Amino acid sequence: MKALHELTIQEVHAGYLNKSFTCVDLVKHFLARIEKYNPKLNIYLALNEKALAQAAAIDKEIAEKGITRELLGIPMAIKDNYLTLGLPTTASSNILKGFMPQYESTVTGKLLAAGAIFLGKTNMDSFAHGSSTETSDFGPTLNPWNPERLPGGSSGGSAAAIAAQLATAALGSETAGSIRQPAAWCGVTGFKPTYGRSSRYGVIAMASSTDSPGPLARNVADAALIAEVIAGQDSRDATTSPLPVEKYVNTLNKPDLKGIKIAVVKEYLLAEMRDDVKKLILEAADKFRSLGATVEEISLMDPKYAIGVYTVVQRSEVSSNLSRFDGIRFGHPRDTFGQETKRRLMLGTYTLSAGYYDAFYKKAQAVRTKIIEEFAEVFNHFDAIIGAVSPGPALPVGASQNQPMFGEMEDILLEASSIAGLTSVGVPCGFVDNLPIGLQITCDQFQEAKALMIADCFQRHTDFQKFPDIEKIL
Amino acid sequence: MHKEIVTTEEVQKIAKLANLKLRDNEVKLFAGQFTATVDIINQLNEVNTSSVLATYQVTGLSNITREDIVDPKRVLPQQIALREAPLTHEGFFVVPRVIDTDET
Repeated sequence: MKALHELTIQEVHAGYLNKSFTCVDLVKHFLARIEKYNPKLNIYLALNEKALAQAAAIDKEIAEKGITRELLGIPMAIKDNYLTLGLPTTASSNILKGFMPQYESTVTGKLLAAGAIFLGKTNMDSFAHGSSTETSDFGPTLNPWNPERLPGGSSGGSAAAIAAQLATAALGSETAGSIRQPAAWCGVTGFKPTYGRSSRYGVIAMASSTDSPGPLARNVADAALIAEVIAGQDSRDATTSPLPVEKYVNTLNKPDLKGIKIAVVKEYLLAEMRDDVKKLILEAADKFRSLGATVEEISLMDPKYAIGVYTVVQRSEVSSNLSRFDGIRFGHPRDTFGQETKRRLMLGTYTLSAGYYDAFYKKAQAVRTKIIEEFAEVFNHFDAIIGAVSPGPALPVGASQNQPMFGEMEDILLEASSIAGLTSVGVPCGFVDNLPIGLQITCDQFQEAKALMIADCFQRHTDFQKFPDIEKIL
Repeated sequence: MHKEIVTTEEVQKIAKLANLKLRDNEVKLFAGQFTATVDIINQLNEVNTSSVLATYQVTGLSNITREDIVDPKRVLPQQIALREAPLTHEGFFVVPRVIDTDET
């Protein structure tokens, strides 16, 4: 029999209905694990003191009405850039130390309305500025597979919470890789919806033109359910799409992938990529073939150009978004910004300043158009693009120090899809050096259902979604 | 064309525009790092963009408005709105002096 922390959302609900355990049992179990392992891994920055009381209320609801809400009694870990009423929210920054939000983000509000219980807020790169969780002003999170390694980032705490089994599911956010890359390094499933599919209202902004809230979970089915709950148009975020939200969960459990056309991008099998990582990607391609899909190699623009575009766009938007931190209405003075934040904020101020705007910002947005056009052409012929999430497995703690472009280099395979606003699922596809490797399955804008269907089929026909024995490792 | 070297003077100017105070060692550090980053950004000049327009919004939405109706649920009570401010005075935010200071 599985332990309580090993259950998927569906299994938790089955357990509630056949009275194997209560929501209070489950929340108590997670809180005990968090108390035991969090001091070593630094995943949670703050815990929800009302979690047990909320669980008791949910047990009462289940006894009276059964399970009528999608995420009823599901214990979740929430990235610390979501504004949450009653839970401190810092974006892992000293400038927001002690900040208590005055309103709830749309996405966390939807999770609560669906019955989820927030266990606590998770560590991240400060203001999401990084791909290591090492730029957090509150110390790095450590990778549950090997505590000498980084968890990736910026949603590193949420990814590690799933890998260490300190929550049933988690919420992250991606600007360019911040869900898929930590999911890959921690060996869990991560899902980035199309830009505008889930609301950014109440999410502490990094780059407003690419920020995309999305889940990290034990498998694709759980991620699909959460994604469905949080998706939809929001009058408080004018960039959310009016398109109706598909029932992602209903499209899962396909027996094969007959008729699906998959592209492998030649340029994304980087020259400097380790051979054993390349091998796993090519083996995944073979797996898709054996499931009935056709797989072809294609050519796309060198991903180094996406780095340039992303660097300019993101730094520029950061400089604008962080101008509101004046220490007058909330937070502390601007001199409490960490060094990485200052570096990004200033580079963005530079690229937007008089005399440089055309050469940097406008040029980057024009190359962005070229990247979008190129993807559009690919999706005229293919359903999905697959490739590695990251060039290699999780790097050692300290690897991001004094590397101002660390995140951009680690996310080289993710930036193009992010600046084009595409949707993408990250799933584990094997191990090197006892560390997980992630595969990305990227589809055109608003093809969430297709991306999740393909990823779910791959996951159910492979055995890569594993969890580390942290009792032994730590 | 833009310059390839970001000088310490430029870093100081950017810091002022960004309303940030830097430590002395950061000015030099950032000048070197910005120069390296600009090198990477300048690779974009290898891409011919003469035939395309810039993209500012990737899903093609424009001029999105909502009904001009006050949503009372969104209105923060004054007490809550002021709660996170370090300094308040009779229901107002206290702001620092911005005229007749050393910087103006």
